[in-house]
Amino acid sequence: MKEKFEPNIIGFLCNWCSYAGADLAGTSRIQYPPNLKAIRVMCSGRVNPIFVINALQQGADGVLIGGCHPGDCHYERGNYLARRRMAVLKKLLEYTGIDPRRVRMTWVSASEGKKFAEVVKEVTEDIRELGPMQHFRRENKW
Amino acid sequence: MKIGVYICQCGINIAATVDVEKVVEYAKTLQNVAVSRFYKYMCSDPGQELIKKDIKELKLDRVVVASCSPRMHEPTFRAVLEEMGMNPYYFEMVNIREQCSWVHIDKDKATAKAMYMIAGAVARATYLEPLEKKEVSVIPRALVVGGGISGIQAALEIAEKGFQVYLVERNPSIGGRMAQLDKTFPTLDCSACILTPKMVDAARHPNIELFTYSEIESVDGYIGNFKVKIKKKPRYVDIEKCVGCGACAEACRLHARIPNEFDMSIGKRSAIYVPFPQAVPLKYTVDPNNCLTLKTGKCGDHALCVEACGERDAINFNQKEKIVEVEVGTIVVATGYDLFDPVEKPEYGYEKFDNVITGLEFERIVSASGPTEGHIEINGKEPKKVVFIQCVGSRDKESNEYCSRVCCMYTAKQAHMVKDKIPDADLIVYYTDVRAFGKGFEEFYNRVQDEGVIYRRRELDDPIEVKKNGNKVVVKAKGHPDVDADLVVLATAIIPKKDSKEFSRILNINQSADGFLLEAHPKLRPVDTFTDGIFLAGCCQSPKDIPDAVAQASGAAVRASEPLAAGKVFVEAISAVIDEDLCSGCRVCEELCVYSALEFDEKDKIMKVNDVMCKGCGSCASACPTGAITMRHYDVKQILAQIGGLIR
Repeated sequence: MKEKFEPNIIGFLCNWCSYAGADLAGTSRIQYPPNLKAIRVMCSGRVNPIFVINALQQGADGVLIGGCHPGDCHYERGNYLARRRMAVLKKLLEYTGIDPRRVRMTWVSASEGKKFAEVVKEVTEDIRELGPMQHFRRENKW
Repeated sequence: MKIGVYICQCGINIAATVDVEKVVEYAKTLQNVAVSRFYKYMCSDPGQELIKKDIKELKLDRVVVASCSPRMHEPTFRAVLEEMGMNPYYFEMVNIREQCSWVHIDKDKATAKAMYMIAGAVARATYLEPLEKKEVSVIPRALVVGGGISGIQAALEIAEKGFQVYLVERNPSIGGRMAQLDKTFPTLDCSACILTPKMVDAARHPNIELFTYSEIESVDGYIGNFKVKIKKKPRYVDIEKCVGCGACAEACRLHARIPNEFDMSIGKRSAIYVPFPQAVPLKYTVDPNNCLTLKTGKCGDHALCVEACGERDAINFNQKEKIVEVEVGTIVVATGYDLFDPVEKPEYGYEKFDNVITGLEFERIVSASGPTEGHIEINGKEPKKVVFIQCVGSRDKESNEYCSRVCCMYTAKQAHMVKDKIPDADLIVYYTDVRAFGKGFEEFYNRVQDEGVIYRRRELDDPIEVKKNGNKVVVKAKGHPDVDADLVVLATAIIPKKDSKEFSRILNINQSADGFLLEAHPKLRPVDTFTDGIFLAGCCQSPKDIPDAVAQASGAAVRASEPLAAGKVFVEAISAVIDEDLCSGCRVCEELCVYSALEFDEKDKIMKVNDVMCKGCGSCASACPTGAITMRHYDVKQILAQIGGLIR
């Protein structure tokens, strides 16, 4: 059964580096698994931990946050803020019984199409290993 | 709410891996979708017309286009909405090409992913808000960084269009690498003869202000309104008073004793110097690392240069570094390149043996204004057997994988120069592939072969070794007989400027994987960067020869002049908004903003946003404990809705 599980992964990619890196993977026709679906944000610093929690609640099995390399942030230090927030979030997830490995932060520059594909492959395999997310499922209502 | 969804086949780029018709049918089932269609090329005129017709006839509220990356065509489709009287931010783009059809093979899986992506976009589109683009005025001046041929060309062209230009060069003179070259390939015109008039033009142009011996300290602001701090290093010479007579250099106690960097340290200069006789500006500079007065506080019983300068009194050892602040609308980066250091490849024997030199060192030796006045000599003797080795530090996965582009032709030119000056010399070129791709290149390569230069092919992986053999060196290459050579010239690769990383951070632009500065699009925006208002020219972007560098510089000059001529630009409307009722005045966001766009209002005890300062990163919104900060276009509801669509 485990081999057949296809995880649902949400990727928050910053406009300047990781999203551009993902585009480059496309232009270079580098293949990777289709499990990750990207959301473009201006900066990884825009990724509120609520987004990640909400993605898991809505049924995502894993979340990837992609930012510029340390020091390369288009907004100087948004990626550092994201890194700290995700570190705290992982502790919270662990506390609530959710495997923190479901959330991963990565640095992919605009010229790293190959790296982007590799990261997606890794994340997909890691989440596949962890199995489906089964906690706190609920729908958004407002 | 009526949403129109348009799926692009992109010829077969998308249609080959995504079942477009199936996706169209699926989109029709999504909430609020009024119409869903596909077309061969949505970006084409008929494709755009299709959308326009629906907007008009069906009175659409939102438009979703699933095609290529929004980094490519988002502006195209936003313009379609604008033309139809809709707010352009009612548009959402789905990247089913770069991030779907091009990266997956399995058609079922790719089709399913495209459906999810579209569902996410449709859900998000429902919550899109209208935004107004911010119009800002443009300071009608430009900054050009780097005074080599690219920077000079860009500065002259912007100046000719009637705008003021600050041209900043870190060395004491403009001219750059081209000034160091002897002849240029394939036409063999003298490099200095064609460059120096341009240097003089740049210096004399009423619209160009030169900042030599200066560096960029910091760049703040955005397109139209950059604030730049320029660090003027102390020359210890008052350039208003110096007339460039050179009496000081003649008098210097260290006259002709300090290696001249301009001559690749083969020639010697004084501690007060101009790098080369045609320097612009022709003003002397004191080298603080060697000048006795500056280093030890004492130069014999008195400084001889000061005495020689006499009544002009141009030398001032108390000069201090100065920071000058300028404001410009656009920036052209033309910072040039460094050369691969062959010490990293010990097999070539560079620095171990005097007979092994680099291509640029050869240029200085063969140049009539160089240290040997153009006589090709090594240890005082004319070489009779000369070996050229190409691809030193390029096309090599251990050092630089890329082709350095100019080495094949400069080697051919240098071989010609040896033949010209020493007709009885034997010349051998070890090449891996001769890349004679430019105008007149192949013809020149043939000419050099006809002159008797022997070309020997080596495989890239076959190492060449250079070993000592008495006064000569022996060159050992696999598959070829050993050669006893008097002189070996290494064609060292163009590499990114050593401080490219630091500099790219000052400007907030990107580097590509090889370390050169990254253009916004490899084909269609080769002179733009991802940062609006900053453009690239010359070898800072990739290795290129002089005509290519000049062409790119002209392109960059045009691009940089456009906003200056328009007088105003539209900047991104994405920015933070604060809900005054929700803001508790905790000031957590204040510290997070690197642009000082958030200010605490002492009267109302809440935070206020400065729209123009805000760049829309969203760092503050993610930290706001009460959720008072909304990011326009990346609002919580929009993002959560998109997540819902992506994993429904």
